[in-house]
Amino acid sequence: MKDNRPVNLDIGSMRLPITAWASITHRITGVILFVAMGFLIWGLDMSLRSADSFAFLAEVLTSPLAKLVFLGIAAALIYHSLAGVKHLVMDFGIGESMEGGTLAARLVIVATIVLTVLMGVWIW
Amino acid sequence: MVTSVTSFGRSGLSDWLLQRVSGVILLAYFLFILAAVAGGVDYASWRALFDQVWVKVFSLMALLSLAAHAWIGLWSVLTDYLTERLMGTTGNVLRISLQLLISLALFIYVVWGVQILWGY
Repeated sequence: MKDNRPVNLDIGSMRLPITAWASITHRITGVILFVAMGFLIWGLDMSLRSADSFAFLAEVLTSPLAKLVFLGIAAALIYHSLAGVKHLVMDFGIGESMEGGTLAARLVIVATIVLTVLMGVWIW
Repeated sequence: MVTSVTSFGRSGLSDWLLQRVSGVILLAYFLFILAAVAGGVDYASWRALFDQVWVKVFSLMALLSLAAHAWIGLWSVLTDYLTERLMGTTGNVLRISLQLLISLALFIYVVWGVQILWGY
């Protein structure tokens, strides 16, 4: 590995374009999901351990706070998934232009909002 | 300089491919779970679903994909922001410590998941 590789520029000094916001959000939702997996695996545990623990989990999930946390995790998962699919599409050489990247970033953000609202309607 | 000593596959190209393959597996798994709960489940039907061998195998596949995917993703994040260049030796200490904690957490996720899938 070369020692003289370029280092990151100081991103704090720049106005970030929408593609950069899409990228940093992909990272933030990834970190959130890493933590959230602890809750989801706990949920899987409760759902399969016994009929009693299943009922307990169902009871917990009726509280507004639990629904809000669940919706937050779902929103992160939806965004992260769509942004991931965007990456896969771009890996195939589709939409790699500046306009394509901007459009794809906008599509991912709009689709996330729509799907998250639908998810919210479904769980409430 | 940040070397590749703590990356998942010790190769950028390997990590790049594995990140995509594991991502597709995880997406497929979450869509499967969504489809399974969409119509509503009770304990008996949910348990019957997870009693099937292929569901256990698919779940384990998703767990292992999660471990690799989170390792690679969080490695990318940590090696970008917690670096010697940005914060001196503290960056190295913080980054390595967090990577150890993350790998421990992922190990627990996998073992916990296996316990749920085959232990009940």
